[in-house]
Amino acid sequence: MEALLAISIGVLVAAAVYLMLARHVLRFIFGLVLISNAANLTIFTAGRLTEGMPPLIELGQVAPDPGVANALPQALVLTAIVIGFGLFAFALILMFRAYTTLGTLDSDEMRIAEPREDDA
Amino acid sequence: MTTSDTTDAPRGNGVTGLVPIAVAASLFAYFCTFLPVIAAGDVARLVWEWVPSLSISLSFYVDGLSLTFALLISGIGTLVLLYANSYLAGHPQFGRFALFLTSFMLAMLGLVLADNLIALFVFWELTTITSYLLIGFGHETTKGRRSALQALFVTGAGALVLLAGLILLGFTAGTFELSEINKMGPELKSHALYLPILILILAGAFTKSAQFPFHFWLPNAMAAPTPVSAFLHSATMVKAGVYLMARVYPAFSGTEVWIWTLTIAGGFTAVFASILALRQTDLKQTLAYTTLMALGTLTMMLGQSGGYAMTAFVTFLITHSLYKASLFLMIGCVDHGTGTREADILGGLARAMPVTAFAAALAALSMAGLPPFVGFIAKELAYAGSLEAPSSTTLMAAASLAANALMFAVAGVVAFKPFWRPTGGEMPHKPHEAGGAMLLGPVLLAVLGLVFGLMPGLIQGALINPTVVGFMGETADPKTLKLWAGFNVPLYLSLATFAIGLVLYIGHGPLRAFLTRADAAAPNFDRGWDSFLNGLKAFASWQTRIIQPGVLRYYIFATFAVVLIALGGTLILKDAIPGAPDLEGITWKNVALMVLMISGALLTTVTDSRITAMAGLGVVGMGVAVIFIVFAAPDVAITQLLVETLVVVLVAVALLRLPSLKMTGHFAFRPLDALLSAGVGLVVTLILLAVLATPIDRRLTDYFEVTSWPEAFGRNVVNVILVDFRALDTFGEIAVVVIAALSAYALLRTTDKGPARGIPEADEK
Repeated sequence: MEALLAISIGVLVAAAVYLMLARHVLRFIFGLVLISNAANLTIFTAGRLTEGMPPLIELGQVAPDPGVANALPQALVLTAIVIGFGLFAFALILMFRAYTTLGTLDSDEMRIAEPREDDA
Repeated sequence: MTTSDTTDAPRGNGVTGLVPIAVAASLFAYFCTFLPVIAAGDVARLVWEWVPSLSISLSFYVDGLSLTFALLISGIGTLVLLYANSYLAGHPQFGRFALFLTSFMLAMLGLVLADNLIALFVFWELTTITSYLLIGFGHETTKGRRSALQALFVTGAGALVLLAGLILLGFTAGTFELSEINKMGPELKSHALYLPILILILAGAFTKSAQFPFHFWLPNAMAAPTPVSAFLHSATMVKAGVYLMARVYPAFSGTEVWIWTLTIAGGFTAVFASILALRQTDLKQTLAYTTLMALGTLTMMLGQSGGYAMTAFVTFLITHSLYKASLFLMIGCVDHGTGTREADILGGLARAMPVTAFAAALAALSMAGLPPFVGFIAKELAYAGSLEAPSSTTLMAAASLAANALMFAVAGVVAFKPFWRPTGGEMPHKPHEAGGAMLLGPVLLAVLGLVFGLMPGLIQGALINPTVVGFMGETADPKTLKLWAGFNVPLYLSLATFAIGLVLYIGHGPLRAFLTRADAAAPNFDRGWDSFLNGLKAFASWQTRIIQPGVLRYYIFATFAVVLIALGGTLILKDAIPGAPDLEGITWKNVALMVLMISGALLTTVTDSRITAMAGLGVVGMGVAVIFIVFAAPDVAITQLLVETLVVVLVAVALLRLPSLKMTGHFAFRPLDALLSAGVGLVVTLILLAVLATPIDRRLTDYFEVTSWPEAFGRNVVNVILVDFRALDTFGEIAVVVIAALSAYALLRTTDKGPARGIPEADEK
């Protein structure tokens, strides 16, 4: 199963990179969302997959049953999801703000900081 | 004295003017206390640890050579500061000037006293920087800025090369202390790295001391105020290169490379510069070129190994500093008193400026090498040094003869003609004599030239002998300085010098016209410098156009290309490409889930509809959440679902105000981007497969599992890790979210005040 997921992640990353290379900034944002998801899945998969046994400790016991899912990558991914969301939200607002100021979402036309030679 | 003119009225600089003078004078007095120690043949050394781990210490070393320099720096520094206090009286930026000049003096003293190579380099660079500030003191003019920058670039570039040489030397010798390196004997000269080190150090010395072909910055540096020219660009800083060559003389001299490089570079610079000196009409420029001549002569002397050449080196060093500083200050007086420095206009000043004329005459006689001035002794010794040279006698004697004869003529142009010959035109001001403070320096320095000439014993034992011993070790035979050495070849050469010099002086008018024509035809280093800089700028903008085109997707492309090359290259180089993946245990349920997710991702990629793209993203997000549910991560799945919902809501809200995805009218396939994307995706898959092929290390997980309940009293291990074991991480995560929210709020709040709201024409293109 891990192998299948690894291939799917590859496809997600490829789609994300292709989107991020687009001129339209909105596509870039979509790519950002995709690549965060792919990254989270990568961490999760690298910690191995276990079906149906969450890392919980039963009442009366001091340690989880042997064979429960790996808790560490889950904790890491949880943090990563939230951070990824913060990044996405900020990028979205930044894009929105850039659009209201510059009037375009074509990144080739966003040249305030690095103007073309003939504009400069 | 005729200090009646209002421009000389002592407006004064108050304490700002006096403190630097007091500092310089007390330093001079302090260094004088070393005189008996040094004369007795001892040396003094003072060490502070600085960066012991890199064997860098702040160590100072006083021997004959460094004391000679230290006395010249502090002594001339005192007089120059005194002079500047009147020369720039009431200048609005005098405080700044005094600070720069005093800083320079201290840096220069550090340079000549430093024993540690790195400390020496630091002081070396400090003189470069203060020199830059002083040349650019008149920063309102383009010329001042250009000259300052040129000097900084040339000497700064040389200093970088020098640093490489010094570090190499330190590691080769096993010590960074000059006093120990100089005791090492011949093993350094036979070391494989001797030649590289020598070339690097000489590059630093030649740029600093303006040897050909790095000479062009020095005449331009005359854009600085006259006291600066007198101090930095004749008496002290430009001699730093010469000082360095003298400092490493015991360790480096005597090889063929050393002898020929120094003799040829020095000799050529000396003759070349004295010819150009005669060509100038601005007196200050003339003196600048004669300084080049002196530096060339000093370099040439250092190439030799005989007692006469070494004695001549020290004597000429002192002599030149005395007369050249005096002449520069004298030119400043003339400039101050008449408003011009043009040789063709100035004339008949002796009546109006008798004291200046007197100082000029004394200094110029020393420069021309006439008896009984110390300049005569220096010249005799230089000739004797040339004649004793084993291999390059004719070359050196000819170079010395040419340079000295030209100096004789230049001395006449600078110090005789303006005072005693009829004026050649109308001077801007009616000439008037400078004030006492301005005259003290030139007069005192010029008189010293006469005193040392009449009584050479004053400097012989105290400065010259210890320095020569420092150069040559136990076998040293410092020659005696004397005015009358009998009828010998140097004397005949001197007489020839005077004869040729006189002819050159008389014929200098037509000669100058000829030289001007020749100079215009010859390649010009100063213009070469400009084309070099322009070429550099053109290269920089070409490179910027390539590397920084200002197009976001090129940057992203480059970033991902680097990721692909770095990761893929590592995989290939480490031979870590995994074999065929193990596809066991795959259920149709899972395959369907993957197909769903991949379809969502591909849909987002190809669609031109915003709603479709959002739907595709939603499918992927929910797919990920389902994966978390299936593989026993309920907490993560809940978070993923919440975040996914929020993402869709946010995008939906934003989309109400954003344009459609159809920028080019239709979906445009980008083959190159697709190739790169596929490559990055493939590499990620391969790396993940390679990771999965290695056994997992569960030590951390095991630790968290067994401690979760006993230590943190939590039954959900994932939650315990987040809020207990890695609580600080979680705190940081919350901070990130808060900052993102605050920034987003700030961005939205200012939406309607956008400064560039009037750029929508980009949309209509």
